[in-house]
Amino acid sequence: MIAAAGIDVLQPRHLKDALIMLRVAADEGRPLVPLAGGTDLFVTLNAGQKPAARYLDLWRLDKLRGVEALGRRRLAFGGLATFTDSIESKAVHKRLPILVDAARQVGGVQIQNRGTLAGNIENGSPAADGVPVLMAADARVVLRSLDDERAVPLAEYYTGYRKTVRRPDELIVRIEVDVPEGGQRFEKVGTRAAQAISKVVMAAVGHRVAFGSVAPIIVRAHKLEAYLAAGGRDIGEAQRLVAEDVTPIDDVRSTAEYRRRVVANLVAAWVPSLDKRTATR
Amino acid sequence: MKKAKTKTNAKAQASAKAQANTKAHAKKKTKAARSPKITLRLNGKKAAVAAPPMKRLLDTLREDLGLTGTKEGCGEGECGACTVLVDGAAVNSCLVASCQVAGCDVQTVEGMARGNAKVAARLHRLQRAFLEHGAAQCGICTPGMLMAALALPKRATLDEIRAGLAGNLCRCTGYMKIYDAVAQFLDGERR
Amino acid sequence: MSKKKRREDGAARLRTVGHNVARAEGVEKVTGTARYIDDLVFDDMLYGATVRSTIPAGRIVAVERDPAFDWSGFTWVDHHDIAAPGRNVVAMIAEDQPFLAVDRVRHQAEPIALLAHADRARLAEGLAHVRVRYEAEPATLDFETASIVLKEIGIRRGDVDAVFARPGVRVIEGTYRTGAQEQLYIECNGVIAQPGAAEPDDGGITVHGSMQCPYYVVRALCTVTGLPREKVRVVQTTTGGGFGGKEEYPSVLAGHAVLLARKSGRAVKMVYERHEDLVATTKRHPSIVHHRTALAADGSILAIDVDLRLDGGAYVTLSPVVLSRAAIHATGPYRAEAVRIRGRVMMTNTPPNGAFRGFGAPQSQFAAEAHMDRIAGELGLDPIALRKQNLFRTGDITATGQTLKDSVAAHEVLERALERHARMVRPHNKKKRAHNNGDGHDGDGHDGDRRLRGTGVAMFFHGSGFTGGGEVKLASRAGLALTADGVRLLVSSTEIGQGTRTMHAQIVAETLGIPYDRVETADPDTARVPDSGPTVASRTCMVVGRILQRAAEKLRAELGDYDDEKSFRKRARWLLAERGTVEVIEEYQKPGDIVWSDETYEGDAYGAYAWGCNVADVEIDPVTYQARCTQFTAAIDIGKAIHPILAEGQIEGGTLQGIGWALYEDVVMREGKMQNASLTNYIIPTTLDTPPINVEIVENPFAGGPFGAKGVGECPIDGPAAAIVNAIRAATGKRLDAIPATPERIMKALADETSR
Repeated sequence: MIAAAGIDVLQPRHLKDALIMLRVAADEGRPLVPLAGGTDLFVTLNAGQKPAARYLDLWRLDKLRGVEALGRRRLAFGGLATFTDSIESKAVHKRLPILVDAARQVGGVQIQNRGTLAGNIENGSPAADGVPVLMAADARVVLRSLDDERAVPLAEYYTGYRKTVRRPDELIVRIEVDVPEGGQRFEKVGTRAAQAISKVVMAAVGHRVAFGSVAPIIVRAHKLEAYLAAGGRDIGEAQRLVAEDVTPIDDVRSTAEYRRRVVANLVAAWVPSLDKRTATR
Repeated sequence: MKKAKTKTNAKAQASAKAQANTKAHAKKKTKAARSPKITLRLNGKKAAVAAPPMKRLLDTLREDLGLTGTKEGCGEGECGACTVLVDGAAVNSCLVASCQVAGCDVQTVEGMARGNAKVAARLHRLQRAFLEHGAAQCGICTPGMLMAALALPKRATLDEIRAGLAGNLCRCTGYMKIYDAVAQFLDGERR
Repeated sequence: MSKKKRREDGAARLRTVGHNVARAEGVEKVTGTARYIDDLVFDDMLYGATVRSTIPAGRIVAVERDPAFDWSGFTWVDHHDIAAPGRNVVAMIAEDQPFLAVDRVRHQAEPIALLAHADRARLAEGLAHVRVRYEAEPATLDFETASIVLKEIGIRRGDVDAVFARPGVRVIEGTYRTGAQEQLYIECNGVIAQPGAAEPDDGGITVHGSMQCPYYVVRALCTVTGLPREKVRVVQTTTGGGFGGKEEYPSVLAGHAVLLARKSGRAVKMVYERHEDLVATTKRHPSIVHHRTALAADGSILAIDVDLRLDGGAYVTLSPVVLSRAAIHATGPYRAEAVRIRGRVMMTNTPPNGAFRGFGAPQSQFAAEAHMDRIAGELGLDPIALRKQNLFRTGDITATGQTLKDSVAAHEVLERALERHARMVRPHNKKKRAHNNGDGHDGDGHDGDRRLRGTGVAMFFHGSGFTGGGEVKLASRAGLALTADGVRLLVSSTEIGQGTRTMHAQIVAETLGIPYDRVETADPDTARVPDSGPTVASRTCMVVGRILQRAAEKLRAELGDYDDEKSFRKRARWLLAERGTVEVIEEYQKPGDIVWSDETYEGDAYGAYAWGCNVADVEIDPVTYQARCTQFTAAIDIGKAIHPILAEGQIEGGTLQGIGWALYEDVVMREGKMQNASLTNYIIPTTLDTPPINVEIVENPFAGGPFGAKGVGECPIDGPAAAIVNAIRAATGKRLDAIPATPERIMKALADETSR
């Protein structure tokens, strides 16, 4: 039961107004929480988490919608681009098809229609499905405040469990991806075939590979990547290195041992495909 | 050096002015959001409802608009029993803030039949298909399932039907007769 | 005349039964106009909430309401409010469970006190300002090492030990485990209690609610309030699924709402949210079953020795009956010269477990069927041939000494299932194949054929109705009221998705020879209908339907001659004019030849059995260890399908619940509390987890059932778990003896060198 009566919502029509509101809130020390599709926030509110006093509804900021293709390899996702937007985008199908795979496996269509990539990133769940793809693709998160804009590599976006570099007066306005060369691969190992929280997620573009659900944050497997970039292809060595890159735990859904083993298996299945001519998926 | 200082001062002055403006600006916006009248298009007709902005769309439909057809099954966005269409897209209304459907086109199960829903002849073709095929047993998932089915692409294959309904849990039927009903409906739509 | 032709002739004569008539309660469900309990709002209504224990076992030292909190507008109820002539006992079998804890708690989430307030948000705040202080005591959390026995039964036939001692006998042993399972009705438990039965201020009480057994609730309310039967009225509202989860639990919830309603003088609504429903209400009993089987070298089963234990949770509730059914079905549908079954329900400090479709039979038959595959493996026999060799035939004798006189279709369902399954998976059958490969999106594009595949079989049976003398004790009553145009059913059986009202109306319409839509049906109101017994145990068609059929026959006799609807109406009006009201109520009649002893557990356990066979194809991904069912066939003998689509629906739905139990559903407990109490983490199959389910309805009529019908509700859930586990063994060469067969468990099994 959400005590909705006491909660204020600001509903700006323009991005500038939204940024002003966030600046004022930050200056006054009065928290103002951005709200996009609500697919993460409302789950916690329904579960009894105390709501904030004020929310900033972003849903009317039409400028933040959609996916654009810029140049031969660049994709730009608006701050409100949803998973459905990715699934329906020809550009994404062509340049970053594993994002389509990931988007199709996020909840059901109801979640895909409302969940945003930006929200997926900012929510910071270690089990996020879109983030490993974007991280493997070297995405940049573009943060804007009233008088500043900066692009932060997604790989540097997280500072700890569910902690990001976003300042309270900033919004994610864009996610830019210059899709690297190389085959792409996405594997989500969930609790069931649909509407599943992942136990292990692997996303790879070329030899860049990111994992979800096996550490407090989504991680790039740097040691493994370095080995592969240098030409290493021994599966046993690859598995040994990736085991140093991930720190899976036991939780209500699965065990550390299972996660470790599956990561090793996924790597074993993936490494041989790296040198194949055709892009695999 | 001097020039830079001037620039900084000017910038600071401008910033202070902007701050004053923004405070007034923000206050205005806040006032507007507190009056909770939400206008929307509901099942094809104009509607207006007073509801706190963060009240769930599910609750506004059920409590303030008297439309109890949409159900709550989990409050987590997992079961899909609360599915409605917003601008043609299936969403879990237990996860939607009411203020976000202002100006939108919202469709619920109550909008499917033409006129008096108790009269079988006025049912929507999809509802009739559900009846014919036994696609509803206890019926609690049915309104959400119907809405999700309406949002399916018209040429959906069986696999696309299954994927499009993957966000709607049914515990009674085993889904088989839901596929039959939906397939029959889509088949009719294509003719 | 051949059996088939006779059946065809009979079928040709039936005008309603055997046809897919429009469901009596169908339109309201597809239009969203059906009113479930949470859709109802009464004037001046309060909302109720429950203060629950946060430890598994201990003494209650104090229950404190924060004195700094503003309690105005709140109603508070605790055990002190249950005063004579009311009793603080949830009356089921034993009298050990209180509605509200007195001085100790025996499980997490045990109800201690109740709060009501007109505003739900305020109510939640109030709940947060109640603190209970305990003196914790050691808790028993593992039923396998528990020592307190809530109930024990033994079944014995012949001399098992003597058989085992014979030279040359092969002995195969195995231990099998099943986990708890949540019924997961999509509509949570809920009731509204209002002061007043016939009149608002007559001192009585009315409860509307989501439930399977209105008269169970009546009995519970009479106990907790001390009110006489006439002052208690219970009305079932449209119920969004039950599956046993709303068999006994609503009595507890109704009792709570009634206590608040009586104290406040207002209507009180209590509808659980999903988390509370998962944490606090009943689940399927976990089980551990040990089999010891003696066989001749050729595979004939000589003796079956079973030790079966169930986890009952903290209170007795219905566990003795669950145990009974589990034990009676523990051999599986196989004959043996000697049988010994020892069954025990153990007490643990966990929320009491309860009814869930199958009611003990899924647990014990999982073990029996997984064991059959182990036997086949160890003796080097074909699993199907082994089953055929030992399957019951007409004339065989069961564990309780019952001679199976008629309607034994074990061999027939096996043949039908195998044949149908083979048709479904034939490679040239492209259309079906597309359906088979409905993979969803698990990225199988790149490693196309890394999967391991296997097929498994399971045979099972399920007795219809209450065990032994149970139906006699229930003394169910049901009947008809004549109207000017037709009849109105007077029956307390509930429609919970299975189509009860439709099926009963069909039986009555057929018997009276009137059109189906001339039969009025309604959700039961105990002020208007007699006690037809609970809607459980696969009895609603076979037992209650038969009572209604007899009532219709009697009414027909009283109406005299008519041959069409017009003359029926003439007779009806004449009779009504003569008598004013015309009601015919019939009571359950035990078939003469049924003999049963509760003391020795010997005799005719059930009047009839449904028979089933499952064939399951399973795929396992050796990279992720995930098992997926890709094709499933269920052949079930139900005697007669009164409404074929509804019957198929029961089979499809029950099958998927069994598949969910086998692969996905896991209740994770820690310190006696469910940790995964959300739909995100307690997972049931979605569309993408569901294989094509091929249904073969076999009709082997039972003379004692209406138009030959036996039960259909539960049998389908008895087989899938074993079929899947047997398929996993076929695919991997590894035996899993426990479900759910999670990827974590499969990974362990694949790594285990010793496992076969």
